[in-house]
Amino acid sequence: MAKIQVKTKINGEETEFLCQPYDTVLDVLRRDLNMTGTKEVCSTGDCGACSITMDGRLVCSCLVLAAETEDKNIETIEGMAKNGKFNVLQKTFLEHAALQCGICTPGMLVAAKSLLEKNTNPTETEIRYWLAGNLCRCTGYDKIVKAVQAAAEEIRENA
Amino acid sequence: MNEMDNKWIGKNTIRPDGADKVTGRAEYGADTIMPGMIWGKVLRSPYPHATIKSINTKKAEELDGVFSVATSADCVDFPVDTPVILGIQDIRWMARNVLAKEKALFHGHPIAAVAARTEEIAEKACELIEVDYVVHPWAIEIDDAIKPDAPILHDFIKFDGKPSNIAGTLEHKKGNIEEGFKDADIIIEKEFETAAVHQGYLETHACLVSVSPDDRTTIWSSSQGQFMVRAMTSFITGIPQSSIRAIPAEIGGGFGGKTIVYLEPVATILSKKSGRPVKMVMTREEVMRASGPTSGSKSKVKIGAKNNGKITAAQGTFYLQAGAFPGAPIRGAAGCCLAPYDIPNAHTFGYDVVSNRSKVAAYRAPGAPIGAYAVECVLDEVAEALKMCPLEFRLKNAAKEGTKAVHGPTYPVMGYVETLEACLSHPHYKAPLKKLQGRGYASGFWFNAGGESSAQVNITEDGNVVVTTGHPDIGGSRASIANITAELLGIDVNRVSVLIGDTATIGFSNLTGGSRVLFASALVVTESTNQVIDILKDRASKIWNIDKEAIEWENGEARPAGDNAGKFKPLSLVELAEQATPTGGPIGAGHQVNTVGAEGGFATHICDVEVDIELGIARVIRYTAAQDVGKAIHPAYVEGQLQGGVVQGIGWALNEEYIYNKEGKLDNPGFLDYRIPVCSDLPMIDTILVEVPNPQHPQGVRGVGEVPIVPPLSAIANAIYNAIGTRFYSLPMSPPKVLEKISD
Repeated sequence: MAKIQVKTKINGEETEFLCQPYDTVLDVLRRDLNMTGTKEVCSTGDCGACSITMDGRLVCSCLVLAAETEDKNIETIEGMAKNGKFNVLQKTFLEHAALQCGICTPGMLVAAKSLLEKNTNPTETEIRYWLAGNLCRCTGYDKIVKAVQAAAEEIRENA
Repeated sequence: MNEMDNKWIGKNTIRPDGADKVTGRAEYGADTIMPGMIWGKVLRSPYPHATIKSINTKKAEELDGVFSVATSADCVDFPVDTPVILGIQDIRWMARNVLAKEKALFHGHPIAAVAARTEEIAEKACELIEVDYVVHPWAIEIDDAIKPDAPILHDFIKFDGKPSNIAGTLEHKKGNIEEGFKDADIIIEKEFETAAVHQGYLETHACLVSVSPDDRTTIWSSSQGQFMVRAMTSFITGIPQSSIRAIPAEIGGGFGGKTIVYLEPVATILSKKSGRPVKMVMTREEVMRASGPTSGSKSKVKIGAKNNGKITAAQGTFYLQAGAFPGAPIRGAAGCCLAPYDIPNAHTFGYDVVSNRSKVAAYRAPGAPIGAYAVECVLDEVAEALKMCPLEFRLKNAAKEGTKAVHGPTYPVMGYVETLEACLSHPHYKAPLKKLQGRGYASGFWFNAGGESSAQVNITEDGNVVVTTGHPDIGGSRASIANITAELLGIDVNRVSVLIGDTATIGFSNLTGGSRVLFASALVVTESTNQVIDILKDRASKIWNIDKEAIEWENGEARPAGDNAGKFKPLSLVELAEQATPTGGPIGAGHQVNTVGAEGGFATHICDVEVDIELGIARVIRYTAAQDVGKAIHPAYVEGQLQGGVVQGIGWALNEEYIYNKEGKLDNPGFLDYRIPVCSDLPMIDTILVEVPNPQHPQGVRGVGEVPIVPPLSAIANAIYNAIGTRFYSLPMSPPKVLEKISD
């Protein structure tokens, strides 16, 4: 099968790749671009570990075909820290011990960032429902929710 | 040193591996690549029980892009009648679990494997492998496996002299059980069932293996023990351990499920036969079908007590699924279930039952939640019959220092009573409840473990510190080790770097498991660091030309003491490191030992549920977990262990279960149908860290990781009973079951 040539933007950087029609964005990120920060856990859209944003919309990269990213803006975990500085969520996740094994963390951070871009003052319930598609098996979510609350507070204070 | 003086121990420092994990830089099992790497895939049995008459791999080998094929014929042969014990595993079974030999024993059992240029080609090649099976009847559930005419999985396993699926038993006895029940004013006996549940670690099993023509082998993989990976791969492939270097990747959760190998020996064989590095990554479906889970169970518990609330006798019988090969965690069920109590007469019995399911693997306090579920529910019924508060009833029968436990030991200093008292005085205990809400209590115990550990502490040329240990860090142990090292050396914690060595760079260290890592690594790191301090004092003594004994180490510097006090300007770690070469050379020390003195852990939980009687959903609305943690070196990560364990227990109690269909095939091998708790299911999980230091440990550490999963099953069952007046004797208490019971 002939491969498809795709031109897209990943974390602000123009990127070109060749993919099979059936390859997902996750396949291309991890296998072809060696951007392994985005994690593969279920491959069926049930866990959120491969969360990325595409033109600002939070998606599971295992459910989006690579060919669909033509001319899109993709943001992954690798683009979250800017100029060698943590995003506020990365900082509060560390301060609140909101990770144990860390495999869900990239997806969790991408999803939480997407929430705070829409709502800088979410209730605990809003945070819990927004992150309901991001599984974590280690933490029981308690410290994750607190880290998101702390980040939201910091964003509001600096607004 | 006064505890209040601690600068780093007990502080929530930023973990040394944190930045890597929030930026995506951390390398997990599936994140490593090598030039020339090819991909391995596994062919799995379509039948739950079948004899393998022959395997023809010719067509697969001939497919373009295929480099090598592996079957059990490529593994070392371990006769079924000779045990080969490694830790708690028997390599006879491990080898046959990795690649089936005589029989396929569960749907999904690996039969053969292929390495090819791409995963797609490897998958296609697997389909070209011809396997001649003779299909047998199968048994999935315990009742079907132990009935008289059950299909027998292993002909050589005998019970009562006959071929059987009961592969082993274990028993604990104390006092005289008949007399104990005679003394009782009230006796309650109940039967329970729990479903098999998976550890549910999010990272699937993955490895990359490269074997050179002289058999020198490098394994990158995510596991709970690089030394376990080396040893098991060595056994199964025949390559000596000295030729294998196992490099631990970051581990994306394990909970016991990564204490054994699945892929590493297979990838080693494929790499050896192809001369190429081979990468293998399981899909989620493969993880669910062929790794883990922990046992489903059937049990019966009988408890007798006097009207004054004293328990006179307790008896428990536990049948646990082992999966396809012997090794169910009956010790955890029969050994832990009565451990929190001082009971004069007791008898517990465990049965290890094989059936046509995937081989069970350890899961957080293996077996203990199953035993505690039955015992703690019956205790609740006894307390109710005696009209006693369930916590006061437990307090009245609580084990203390000096109590002889049913499973053998006489307890040293321990904090079980303190967890009960902490719950009794917590606001949660008296908080009001609404209609259809109920509160439940339960306690739990886990043995905790010591075992082999190694550490090396090196001072860098610029006077900072690198600590290397041999245990994969599964939940933040590096942060605690950094705290301890910084405390002992009296330096800023950010000057300490903590690394996990591979099998070639650090001495043998046993598994990350049994809640042993911080207990054991703190011991060897403390000893190594104290040796380093001794060396530093020696170097200062050379510089000052005074006795080493006349020098003290304080606040990160050597100071002249006694008669010499104030005579010389103190020498800092940086200054001593600068002068390392003229004063004797590199500064560092290592220690390796079989650690002993790990004492058991106790917990008591309070749980509130609210039951939606229209939808059958029981929802946990408040949870408080009290636990004797010995000493919390990094309190936030200790709390994290409690919170994570509780939530896994909530999943076990309310939703998670392995569901098999009529063909003996798992029907829910993914996170859509195997539903682990999600963020919106839960409240915050409150924790009470009770600190009764372990006197046998320099920092007072007790294992904390496993106990938290022990009480939730029964705490939730007891809470549901108090909410709706209906008792559940079978897990999970999922919406269909709750609805069915309510409508009865």
